[in-house]
Amino acid sequence: MSEQHDIDIDEDKLPPVADPYEGKHPIVVEGLKNAFGDNVIHEGLSLTVNRGEILGVVGGSGTGKSVLMRAIIGLQVPVEGSIEVLGRSITDEDDDDDIDIRSRWGVLFQGGALFSTLTVAENVEVPLKEFYPEIGVDLLHEIARFKVMLSGLPEEAAAKYPAELSGGMKKRAGLARALSLDPELLFLDEPTAGLDPIGAAAFDRLTKELQETLGLTVFLITHDLDTLHEICDRVAVLAEKKVIAVGTIPELLALDHPWIQEYFNGPRGRAALDSKERAKAMDNSDKTGA
Amino acid sequence: MNPRSMREWADFRTETEEGGGTTLALTGPLTVSSIGVVDRHLRALDQPVARVDLSEVSDIDTVGAWTAWRIARDNDAEITGASEQAQRLIAAIQGARGEGDIVPPRPDMLRRVPEAVGEMVTSWGKGTLGVTAFLGAMLISAWYLIKHPSKIRGKALVRQIELVGVSSLGIVGLMSFLVGIVIAQQGAVQLRQFGAEIYTINLTGRLSLRELGVLMTAIMVAGRSGSAFAAQIGTMKLTEEVDAMRTIGVSPMEALIIPRVLAAVLMMPLLGFYAAVISIIGGAFLANFALDIPFFTFLSRIQEVVPIHDVWVGLIKAPFFGLIIALAGCYQGMQVKANAEEVGLRTTMAVVQAIFMVIVLDAFFAIFFTNVGWG
Repeated sequence: MSEQHDIDIDEDKLPPVADPYEGKHPIVVEGLKNAFGDNVIHEGLSLTVNRGEILGVVGGSGTGKSVLMRAIIGLQVPVEGSIEVLGRSITDEDDDDDIDIRSRWGVLFQGGALFSTLTVAENVEVPLKEFYPEIGVDLLHEIARFKVMLSGLPEEAAAKYPAELSGGMKKRAGLARALSLDPELLFLDEPTAGLDPIGAAAFDRLTKELQETLGLTVFLITHDLDTLHEICDRVAVLAEKKVIAVGTIPELLALDHPWIQEYFNGPRGRAALDSKERAKAMDNSDKTGA
Repeated sequence: MNPRSMREWADFRTETEEGGGTTLALTGPLTVSSIGVVDRHLRALDQPVARVDLSEVSDIDTVGAWTAWRIARDNDAEITGASEQAQRLIAAIQGARGEGDIVPPRPDMLRRVPEAVGEMVTSWGKGTLGVTAFLGAMLISAWYLIKHPSKIRGKALVRQIELVGVSSLGIVGLMSFLVGIVIAQQGAVQLRQFGAEIYTINLTGRLSLRELGVLMTAIMVAGRSGSAFAAQIGTMKLTEEVDAMRTIGVSPMEALIIPRVLAAVLMMPLLGFYAAVISIIGGAFLANFALDIPFFTFLSRIQEVVPIHDVWVGLIKAPFFGLIIALAGCYQGMQVKANAEEVGLRTTMAVVQAIFMVIVLDAFFAIFFTNVGWG
């Protein structure tokens, strides 16, 4: 690949960037109220996400999981309450600092939300070009390539258009775009919905691996009980217009809430737990056998 | 603390030891936000490197790890002084290395131009074939509906009639009124030179009924409804609604296309006649004020000077125009695949094709009707 090394760039003229977040709670939601007209979705909702954890968010259909995520990333203006992301307020009047925050989180929407007229690689390059125009073409392509492969896609997928990809590949491509700026925070909206069990398990592993290597904080909306058991450090339960409980699954089970009991102790919840215990038992027997 | 402190940039220096090769020491934060400029300098560096030293790197992310690893790979150098985090990231990157080109191949000009021309020609041929096939499929559906009239979707038809016909009355009327004024005024200016101002009435009446009423209406309907057909059906194709219909056993031809085509075919003559009438009223309005021909005299003279076959010419042409407009819109809509950009392209194509074909057909009709003695 030939490229002219045009290096007449005045570093001082490029816009400043934000310092990395050093605090303990990258997301703090307090007293949130969301409503569409008279239809109140959330009221008095509070939630704190710890740095470096994978927080699973569960709740019945229509309890506003996606609305909560949209409120946190600033797509839905709440009626009341405050939201702080990476130490900055999303809900205040000052929009200047919101731009900074946008370069420090990655969002994977349910359907992938890839730009349909761009190839996967170009999709990954969009945020890079937007925030860091000084990056040269060679590096841009290289970054796009390794992000695509880091997301578990074959290299050939980079040159394809979203319409040529399967549903699972679209999600991975969406993840590659979400990761393109090496974000501190990652939002995943039902990442394993619509994937086959093998693909879903692989996506779970990938999320965990990325979280560990890149030190991400992950806000993960899911209906997938396996995902909750396998990779989530804590689980937040949305019901009755607020977060009724946050904790590890054993902690949640200790609570005597009917919905939580039914959710985790229903036939599917049991099956997921069993499969986890089986996997653990197999791990242990492998170790003792060796 | 100022949250937007000045950016700290990555930098590098080279140290050459005697006989030991060159050490490239990267310094400062090695992250996506700090690496853009130094990367260009590093790529311009044409000195073999034996070691890449990361001990002075304050912060590193995947992009920094990639850059360090790339230099090491290209120079066959070793990486030294990497922190634990750097090692972990480099390991992750190594697992994701690839050599292939991620930009779709782009052939050179000499191949691209003939290729594009060839594609255009074949797509033109295929398009003609496609429209013909589409028309055929529609006629088969129409024949089926004639045999089973209970299957006609009355509600959809009425809705489309409302959208194509009733809701365009305002804009078609306004446009025709203004066109009538323009014909009468311009005609009067020219005819005055011969002292034949009175023929303005013939001009306005015949032109409105034969040509302009229906032609201007066709252009307006193509812009309003033809484009709407293409965009609606195209979006439904994208969201797989059309496929869903097929699986439920609802024929998109019967549910989507026939009501639209029928609405356009039924509404065009009515709209065209309405447009001609309003255009004549516009002419009479101007004549009343500018030419001293009283309003009602103008209208009653129309009856005497306009042969009845002029009305028929307009009315016969109109349904064909409606068919062309609706067919172009629906056909282009059904051709949408892949992405949102195509909806726009196809909508544009539908309108352009519809207007073009309407004008071609109008020329054909003009000669035809003159030759059959309706001149």
